[in-house]
Amino acid sequence: MRATWYHPRVGDSACLPSAASAVSTTMVDSRHSALVRITHWITTLCFLALLVSGTEIVISHPRFYWGEVGNDLTPTLFKLHIPASRHLVPTGYGYILPDANGWSRYLHFQSAWIVIFTGILYAIFGLLTGHFRKNLLPGRADLSWRALSKSIAGHLRFQRPSEAEAWSYNVPQRLSYLFVVFVLFPLVIWTGLAMSPAFVSAFPATVNVLGGQQSARTLHFFVSLALVLFLLVHVGMVWFAGFKSRMRAMITGRAATPGTATTAGTTMERI
Amino acid sequence: MSKISRRKLITTGLVATAGVAGLGVAAGLAEKYGLIPPDHRGIYGLGETLTYASQRLLTRHSLAREFSRSQISKRPFPNEVEPPTDEFKRLQAGRFADWRLSVNGMVARPASFSIDQIKSYPSHTQITMLQCEEGWSYIAEWTGVPLSHVLDVVGVLPQARYVVYFSIEPDTWESIDMADALHPQTLLTYGMNGDELPVGHGGPLRLRLPRQVGYKNVKFLTHLTVTDNLKTFGKGLGSAAPEGGYAWYAGI
Repeated sequence: MRATWYHPRVGDSACLPSAASAVSTTMVDSRHSALVRITHWITTLCFLALLVSGTEIVISHPRFYWGEVGNDLTPTLFKLHIPASRHLVPTGYGYILPDANGWSRYLHFQSAWIVIFTGILYAIFGLLTGHFRKNLLPGRADLSWRALSKSIAGHLRFQRPSEAEAWSYNVPQRLSYLFVVFVLFPLVIWTGLAMSPAFVSAFPATVNVLGGQQSARTLHFFVSLALVLFLLVHVGMVWFAGFKSRMRAMITGRAATPGTATTAGTTMERI
Repeated sequence: MSKISRRKLITTGLVATAGVAGLGVAAGLAEKYGLIPPDHRGIYGLGETLTYASQRLLTRHSLAREFSRSQISKRPFPNEVEPPTDEFKRLQAGRFADWRLSVNGMVARPASFSIDQIKSYPSHTQITMLQCEEGWSYIAEWTGVPLSHVLDVVGVLPQARYVVYFSIEPDTWESIDMADALHPQTLLTYGMNGDELPVGHGGPLRLRLPRQVGYKNVKFLTHLTVTDNLKTFGKGLGSAAPEGGYAWYAGI
């Protein structure tokens, strides 16, 4: 069976081959559709580029403020205790780091553009194929407090994921992916654009509702931190669940079939 | 070859051809409507072109936010300037009476203005934010004459596309397109917070462009050239910023 990204029936975990229970080690397509895999890795590359370039830009002024304005002569909301790449910034360090803002700004905005286009493609695909509904929205039964707390307690006790979870996302996973896709990414783009003097000249409300341009910058920093936290937990969980198999699934789309028919059955019901 | 894969091949081919053709048409239109920045080559050209083109389409006539008097920063940060040249010191000693702003290029009447002449034109005062690409900012009240007024005085030729502007500081020069040059908030600024523009903030004359970040707001302005082609200036990248690794367009 070939993975065809445009075919809704083959979307992610929704499609379990009928012969799944025959041999427990059979490799089958497709845990993740091609479009999910491609957009996942483009986003990964862009996010790393945004992270490196964003860090470099922060290094030129590691001070944060609230409201419209703030500079070296005004009080801060907080500051990062790191050296800066500008010697007028009072950091307490006796040296300055090299200026990297030129390429960092170029790279930051280029990566942002690519991630926006990738996100739009992913969103259209997710809506058309039912990817969000089938693979990311939790079932109603799974959203009860009992089911949720059981699942979260399992995570906290570092229980290994069941085999079924190689074929379907568990509920905290679904909720965190939805949060990243529909809350954190739109927020980080919004707070980023709200720092642009030209963009806000056309859409002043985008910065005014955030409380000012420096507030937008501070929020951009915190949303980015939340995304970094997600990345660390995400990679940690992939490691914990089986780095090789999960990476193989996200790169090639192939995953080992669940061992028994009952496991597969449970998975199907959840979806 | 199965039927499905042949159909897929044809579809993919058609989509690819349409994509390439679409890109070609888009590039042609973008060039025609002045949406390609001078630093569009190189690995960051794609992002730079998308930023400039989209912001130019969205913001051609939009006004930078203006603030109330109570929002004016009590401590505007002047940033560092190079040590003054001997010529600057001489002009400063004469209270900038001999300071000149010369304008040439694609204009009907090339001219040279003293600060007093510039001050004799109808002035405009606005309270806007200056934000640095590093992240810091302040709000001040700026007084000057709109650049568009001076361009009217010298008579800009219809084929003009950019205004290149130079500081008395060596190798400090920038350029903007006509949308920014003719924008009502683009000011040849000589006053700040009700006083003369301090030397630390670029006095006696600074170009204020509140829709672009600090480094486009060149201090110690001495010369303007109107042109239809940036390739003949410096390394042909548009301004000193791209030569130093920074974007030519700085609306973000």
